[in-house]
Amino acid sequence: MIEATGLRKSYRVGRGRKAGTVEAVRGVDFAVERGEIVGFLGPNGAGKSTTMRMLATLIRPDGGRATIAGVDLLRAPAQVRRQIGFVAQASGTYDDSTARRDLVLQARLYGFGKAEAQRRAEAAIGAFQLDDFADRRIRTYSGGQRRRLDVALGVIHSPQVIFLDEPTAGLDPPSRVRMWQEVRRLRAEGMTIFLTTHYLDEADTLCDRLSIIDGGRIVAEGTPSDLKREISGDVVAIDLTRADVTDGPADADLPIAAKLLAEQPYVHSSEAVDGTLRLYVDSAATAIPQIMRTLLTRGVEPGAIEARRPSLDDVFLAKTGRSLQE
Amino acid sequence: MKLVRDTWLIFQQEVGLMVRNPVMVAFSLAQPVTYLILFAPFLKVVMVDRGASSYADAYRIYVPGLFVAMGLFGGLFAGYGLLSALRAGIIDRCRVTPVSRTGLLLGRALMHVCLNVVQAVIITVVALPFGLRVHLGNLLISYALLSVMVLLSTSISYDIALLVRNENSLGVLVNTVGQPISLLAGVLIPLVLAPLWIQQVAVWNPFSWATNGMRALFNGQITEPVVWQGALIMIVLAAVSLVWSSHLFNREVS
Repeated sequence: MIEATGLRKSYRVGRGRKAGTVEAVRGVDFAVERGEIVGFLGPNGAGKSTTMRMLATLIRPDGGRATIAGVDLLRAPAQVRRQIGFVAQASGTYDDSTARRDLVLQARLYGFGKAEAQRRAEAAIGAFQLDDFADRRIRTYSGGQRRRLDVALGVIHSPQVIFLDEPTAGLDPPSRVRMWQEVRRLRAEGMTIFLTTHYLDEADTLCDRLSIIDGGRIVAEGTPSDLKREISGDVVAIDLTRADVTDGPADADLPIAAKLLAEQPYVHSSEAVDGTLRLYVDSAATAIPQIMRTLLTRGVEPGAIEARRPSLDDVFLAKTGRSLQE
Repeated sequence: MKLVRDTWLIFQQEVGLMVRNPVMVAFSLAQPVTYLILFAPFLKVVMVDRGASSYADAYRIYVPGLFVAMGLFGGLFAGYGLLSALRAGIIDRCRVTPVSRTGLLLGRALMHVCLNVVQAVIITVVALPFGLRVHLGNLLISYALLSVMVLLSTSISYDIALLVRNENSLGVLVNTVGQPISLLAGVLIPLVLAPLWIQQVAVWNPFSWATNGMRALFNGQITEPVVWQGALIMIVLAAVSLVWSSHLFNREVS
């Protein structure tokens, strides 16, 4: 449904002598099948939105090609627009308008007649449960209500593909769960969904497949479970911020312990994130006693120790050397 | 055809939003009404040697000037609305649809035209009790001239907004450009009272032609050449500026 190869985009920044270019997207390839929910997971500034805005015909790629629903993005952007819906990060509604007015206008911008536009607005109000506030001013809506309207506007013309840019950013947990239900419903209705997110749980629970993007490049791809399986075994997270040390200064804990443990034969790899050491091991059950023994022989007593299955953040850390969690 | 339809859709939406905010419309009238009541009487005194012997004469001179000032500044500040719509993602939301790009811009510009004509009608009505008398046909032509003028100033504002992309620079530029244009168009005090060198500079100000044309219409001198000259200058400039702003707008807007 979406096929992209080598998409690139760079921006000029600054003026005069300080001018330079920022390469926002450095050649991404990916494909999305019909009926899939595919996500771009990455930190802010990774190139997620830029990629999405290129596919949604809002900005022109510097290089590469893409086809959406069989239509060439560069040759026939007008035709692409009929096949896709796009929900931007910024809401795109007027505070003084109402859901109903905006829905009717949006349908008419897609070329529907007055009666059909009103019928579609009515259907959208029902489907997204906007009834209670459809005729109130948008400035009175909650974040979740506003976001539901945004998505309703994006799919008013029943597109084949819908692009959602950070659909749940800034929403409270119940509204996020609600939005996930809406997204799954759209898929059940036959739409293909491409979304960006920087939330691990959203990527994990909502997406069929993921591309992890960092610095304008795709660094990993696969289903959430495949990606996590790449990190074989378990993760042991050791909190060293509250560790007691009998010899040596406290701030030397982390490097000392990290070096020490990384050399142990049962540790595949290790990463240090904000005072916590993550060790990737075959089995946490057998590794934890050995870890404890190693630390204690050096007089380091960890504040807390936790064993868990690998998360998408572990995948992100392994691929980029940085953690996604703030 | 599609352009006309899409322009109409956007125009309807923008006017609808304006009507939902009548307080803002009322406030935008405060300044012109103040000038009308507190400034126009000065003109009777100043222009007494030039044949302004009554309040009716003073208002016949001042009201057209006020129209030009309103049309000029009302349009020049339109760029703010465009920038905030861009920032809010409203333009993007429309641009992912197959809507005509030029229609998006033109519909918004026409909303400003409509607003200014409504304001001009109110000003005319307010000026009636002070003795303003103007031939209806001439009045309607002056509204038409005002409309073209607003299209010009609005699209100039869009040009600036799309080039500088931020509200602060827009405000500074609009004031820097707007003040001399309005003074050199004689919107406050007719240029016949100006020193010769100012009159010579003003010949190069398109808005001074429009002001003179507008005043001729209010004087019942519809056959004065300055009427069609002023109108032609406005139409040509408005067309050029609109083409340019739609070109700027149709480039990547992000």
